[in-house]
Amino acid sequence: MKLWIAFWNILIKDFRTYYLKPPNISWGLIFPLAWTGMFFIKSGSGLESISSILPGVVALSILFGTTSLLAVTVTFEKKNRSFERLLLAPVPLELLMLAKTGGAILFGVINAFIPVIMAAFLIDLSHVDWMVFVLAAFLIAVASTFLGLFIAVAVSEVFEAQTFSNFFRFPMIFLCGLFFPISALPWFLEPLSYVLPLTYGADMLHGAIRGWHILPIFVDLLVLIIFCVVLFAASLRNIKHKWIL
Amino acid sequence: MNSESGIAIEAKGLAKQFGEIQAVSDVSFEVRAGELFGFLGPNGAGKTTTINVLTGLARPDAGRIHIGGIDCTKTPRAAQHLIGVVPDESNMYPELSGFDNLCFCAALYGMGKIERQARAWELLDVFDLTKAARRKFGGYSKGMKRKLTIAAGIVHEPKILFLDEPTTGIDVASARQLRQLISDLHRKGTTIFLTTHYIEEAERLCDRIAFIMSGRVVRVDTVANLVQPIREKHVMQITCSNGLKELSGKLREEFPSLKFIHLQPELIRVEADEPVHVGPLVRFLEDHGAEVSEARKVRLSLEDVFVKITGIGADTMRKEKEKSWRNQ
Repeated sequence: MKLWIAFWNILIKDFRTYYLKPPNISWGLIFPLAWTGMFFIKSGSGLESISSILPGVVALSILFGTTSLLAVTVTFEKKNRSFERLLLAPVPLELLMLAKTGGAILFGVINAFIPVIMAAFLIDLSHVDWMVFVLAAFLIAVASTFLGLFIAVAVSEVFEAQTFSNFFRFPMIFLCGLFFPISALPWFLEPLSYVLPLTYGADMLHGAIRGWHILPIFVDLLVLIIFCVVLFAASLRNIKHKWIL
Repeated sequence: MNSESGIAIEAKGLAKQFGEIQAVSDVSFEVRAGELFGFLGPNGAGKTTTINVLTGLARPDAGRIHIGGIDCTKTPRAAQHLIGVVPDESNMYPELSGFDNLCFCAALYGMGKIERQARAWELLDVFDLTKAARRKFGGYSKGMKRKLTIAAGIVHEPKILFLDEPTTGIDVASARQLRQLISDLHRKGTTIFLTTHYIEEAERLCDRIAFIMSGRVVRVDTVANLVQPIREKHVMQITCSNGLKELSGKLREEFPSLKFIHLQPELIRVEADEPVHVGPLVRFLEDHGAEVSEARKVRLSLEDVFVKITGIGADTMRKEKEKSWRNQ
């Protein structure tokens, strides 16, 4: 059986059915666009502050773009039983879930470039290490998507998935060193930062855009990969135990 | 298909519990390759749970499952390439058109673009949905949704097809068309596992039937074997406007070779091993003050076997299902 046909069609179907729809365009594209505009205009310290804000805005764009999608592509389909159709297909569960998350990852990476394109009109980005930037954007997208998947699988209603996502998303804005360093946090919150994947992604982005980062890039890379693997494995385990009852 | 044994589906001692509820317990049966096997039982008897366990959507707590010779007990999704499933609820994608839904379902089985488009058009034509091909599934009527869901279940031409209440909630003409299609698939050699609330449908279509009651299979046999004992009986139904109940004792005394069963206050069934002579019976009733409005010979069917085995009226079961379908 040609598994790639199934994989590609699941991904394309999700894109057509869900991603390019008004709710996702607002959360996935307009929301980061508004954040970017707000931070760039209201930072109060002129154009030179843009490069220090850009890593945080990029990370946020990816985070919100990806996590909001899984509630629809997974929880909604589970709720209306169309997900059963996928479970009945002769497609390994791992591949099936990669297809279901592939679109969100791609959407997240596209989102990462919206603030960058806006910034390119205002500041010189020639010093950016694009290889590290793309790698960071990709890994943040993967980790955020798998975090969204983990939440989407853990709940049974779409609104629960959205609400539960916010418990993770909003604290991460402050805890992951997006707009101010982790060292500026109260001492008791600092350890919390290091159990959140976005901390490592944001550190890589700071390194790529500003040349300044806390941890060596390979450490960020390794921790993000571990987060991705653990979240994906935990989600698969949950599907096997909670959905295939 | 298991070519050695000729068994397409084998369930041995299946049990499944959801919280406090024992959905099925000790369900065992075999479905032969190419057979059309009916699975009948009242609401909540465990039909859908059995299908879910057999198709890999649920994991059994106990028992063994072989689908097409593949042991699916520990790996519930191991035989997905062999099976097609039509669930009891239409579960297609509301945002996609009928055509796109079928193409998508075909793609899940690795069918190439040209092949799946041709198959989609073919099925749309078979199910009389060609004109609605480009309309979104969400805008379809219930009957159209049901037809497309069935089309999706057979889009990849599975060797084993599970049909969960395929004709519930659709109009008479469509149901008839579907039954014809099921017969055609059966004739072509597809093994079909059918659950239905329409007992006459099962009688007409199935080779063998299993009755499930409170999570247990209570009887498995061919339709012929199930109905033969009751067909040998001679049965008559008499409708009287008054006094029937009070005459029960006298009827038994006067006609000791006949068995009288009160179906309703004004309706009595008379069973005998020999032909029943209607004249003396009607005369006796009228002489004792009852007004006979109808007396007719009845040919017993699988429905009567079902009622006898489960104790549930077939009409009750059908109405329950139709009510739950309307509420969906």
